[in-house]
Amino acid sequence: MTDIAKRVVDGLYGLRDWVDARFPLMKSWNEHLAKYYAPKNFNFWYFFGSLALLVLVIQILTGIWLTMNYQPSDEGAFASVEYIMRDVSWGWFIRYMHSTGASAFFVVIYLHMFRALLYGSYKKPRELLWLSGMAIYLVLMAEAFFGYLLPWGQMSYWGAQVIISLFGALPFIGEELSLWIRGDFVVSGVTLNRFFSLHVIAFPLLICALVGFHILALHEVGSNNPDGIEIKKNKNEQGIPVDGIPFHPYYTVKDILGVVVFLILFFGVVFFAPEMKVPGTQGLFLESANFIPADPLKTPEHIAPVWYFTPFYAILRAVPSQLGGVIAMGLATNLFLLLPWLDRSPVRSWRYRGWNYRCALIAFIISFLCLGWLGLQVATPLYTWMSRFFSVIYFLFFFLMPFYTAIDNDKAVPERVTG
Amino acid sequence: MENTIEVDDSRRRFITAAATVVGGAGVVAGAIPFVATMTPSAKTKAIGAPIEVDISNLQPGERIIEKWQGKPVWILRRTQEMLDDITAQNNEVGDPESNSSAQPSYAKNEYRAIKDEVLVVLGICTHLGCSPNYILKGAENSPAADWKGGFFCPCHGSSFDLAGRVFKGVPAPTNLVVPPYKFLSPTRLLIGDDSGAV
Repeated sequence: MTDIAKRVVDGLYGLRDWVDARFPLMKSWNEHLAKYYAPKNFNFWYFFGSLALLVLVIQILTGIWLTMNYQPSDEGAFASVEYIMRDVSWGWFIRYMHSTGASAFFVVIYLHMFRALLYGSYKKPRELLWLSGMAIYLVLMAEAFFGYLLPWGQMSYWGAQVIISLFGALPFIGEELSLWIRGDFVVSGVTLNRFFSLHVIAFPLLICALVGFHILALHEVGSNNPDGIEIKKNKNEQGIPVDGIPFHPYYTVKDILGVVVFLILFFGVVFFAPEMKVPGTQGLFLESANFIPADPLKTPEHIAPVWYFTPFYAILRAVPSQLGGVIAMGLATNLFLLLPWLDRSPVRSWRYRGWNYRCALIAFIISFLCLGWLGLQVATPLYTWMSRFFSVIYFLFFFLMPFYTAIDNDKAVPERVTG
Repeated sequence: MENTIEVDDSRRRFITAAATVVGGAGVVAGAIPFVATMTPSAKTKAIGAPIEVDISNLQPGERIIEKWQGKPVWILRRTQEMLDDITAQNNEVGDPESNSSAQPSYAKNEYRAIKDEVLVVLGICTHLGCSPNYILKGAENSPAADWKGGFFCPCHGSSFDLAGRVFKGVPAPTNLVVPPYKFLSPTRLLIGDDSGAV
C-alpha cells in the first residue's frame, strides 16, 4: 500500500516538474505566497484586502448566475428579477448574495482605505499602489451605479436619472454628454441595455485587471504595517527581512479566520436582513421604492442613493449652485488621489504622528460618517447647514494637509516593528 | 564577425515618432464608430415624434400627464385666480421674464403659454431631472406657508409656480422647459411640433 502511495506522490511531483519546465508555477507560488515576506505585526486592519478579493469572487459568481435568468429590457427587467426571487430555485439566495455583496464590497473597501489613512500606506514608495487602489474604488462606484439600474424599479430609474443629469450640468458639453450616456432623451430601455453590458462585461474586466495591477504593485514594494516601518531596510544574511514572515502559511491562515468571521456576518445579512431596513431609512441595501416598477412619469416622494454614495450626495446637496455642487462632489471623490503628495510628514503611522494629523483624521472620519447619515435624510434647512459644516471640514482635511502635516510634532519611529 | 554599422539614433526616433502618430490616428479613427454607436439610434429618434392630445375634457385646475420623447409633459388648465397668483409672485421667482430659460418664442410671455389658461411644460426639474409634484393652494403637503399652488420637486426641494417659473433660493437654475407645441383646434394640441404655427 505505501508503495502505491509513494508512486502517486512521486507522480504528482513529476507532474509539477513537468509544468514547471514550461510555466513559472513554483516561481509564482514562491514570489507571491511562500516566499513573499510580509511584516510580522499585521493587525485587525489587515484583513480587508483579502476580504475585498473574496467579495469580488462572490460578486462575479453570483453575477454570472443572475445573468442566466435576468432580462435586460425595459419590458422584462423588473419581472425577471421577481421571477428570480419567486420562481427560480434558490434564485432569492443568489440575488441576495449579490445585493448584499455590493454593500459588503463598499464596507471592506472603506475599511481598507481607512487603514491606509491610519498607517500612511499611501506614502512613498507606495504611490502607485494607492493610485491603483483608488482607481478600483472609482470603477467600483461606476459598477455599483450601473448595477443599481438593472432591477428597473423606481429608485433604479430616478437614481440613474439624477446621476446622469449631474453630467448634464457641465458647461457646453453637458447636454450632449448626458444624451450620449443615455442613448435616449430620457433614461430608457436603451440605457438599461448598455448599463447591463457595462455592468457584466466591461467594468468587471476592468476591475480584475486593476486588482492584478494592485497586487503586483503591492508585491513589488512590499506591505506597509501598523508601525509604518520599512522592513526591507533590515535584512539577515539570506536577504530575508528580519521582521518579515512568509505570507503562506502565516497570513493565509490568519486570513482564513477573517474569511470565516466575515462569512458569518455576511450570511447573517443575506438570511435575516437582506434589505438592511434600519429604522428611519427605506432600507440601506435594498430600498423599498425599488419594489415598484420604474415609472418615467412619476418620481417617488423621497429619493436617496444607496448608503455608500450618501456622503458625496450630502456634499452635492450642500452647495447652493447646480454646477458648484457637481464640482464639489467630483472633488470629494477624487481628492484621495492626491494624498501621497499632500502629506508632508516623514512619519507614516498614526502611532508616531503628532496631534495635528490625529485630530484632522478624527475630524475627517466624523465628517464622513455624518455626511453619510445626512445624505439619507430629507433635506431640511438645519440638515443642509449641517451638511455644509461637515463638507467644509471634509475639504479642509485635504486642503490644509500640506500645512498641518509639515509642522506636526511627530514622535521618533523605532528601528524594529513592535508587537 | 564584428558589427561595424553605426546606428543613426535620430532616424530611429523619427521613425518611432512617425509610427506612433500614425498608429494614434488609427486608434482615434477606430474609436469613432464605438462612440457613435452610443448616440441615439434612428428608432429612438423616431419615438420622439409629436403627439396629439385632446384637452376638451380638461377641467379648470386639472393637470394631465402625457408622454412625449419618453418625458412627462404636463398640461394644466389654469383658472383666472391661478393666473392672478402668477402675476402676484413676479418678485418671488428667479427668472420672471424667462430670459434665461428654455421655451419657444411664442411661450416667452407673462404666463409662458400660447393661450393664457393652458399651460404646457415638460414635467422635468431643471436641476437634476426628477419629476416634481403638482401641489394645489392650501394643500396639506404645501412646501411653504404662503404657497399659492405650483410644483415641488421631492428630490432636492426645488419649487416652481403655476407658470413653471422657478422660485428664488432653490437648487434648480432655470424655469421648467416649454416644449414646442401648437393648437390644431381649440381643443386639440400637437406636442413636439410647432411648424406652421406662430
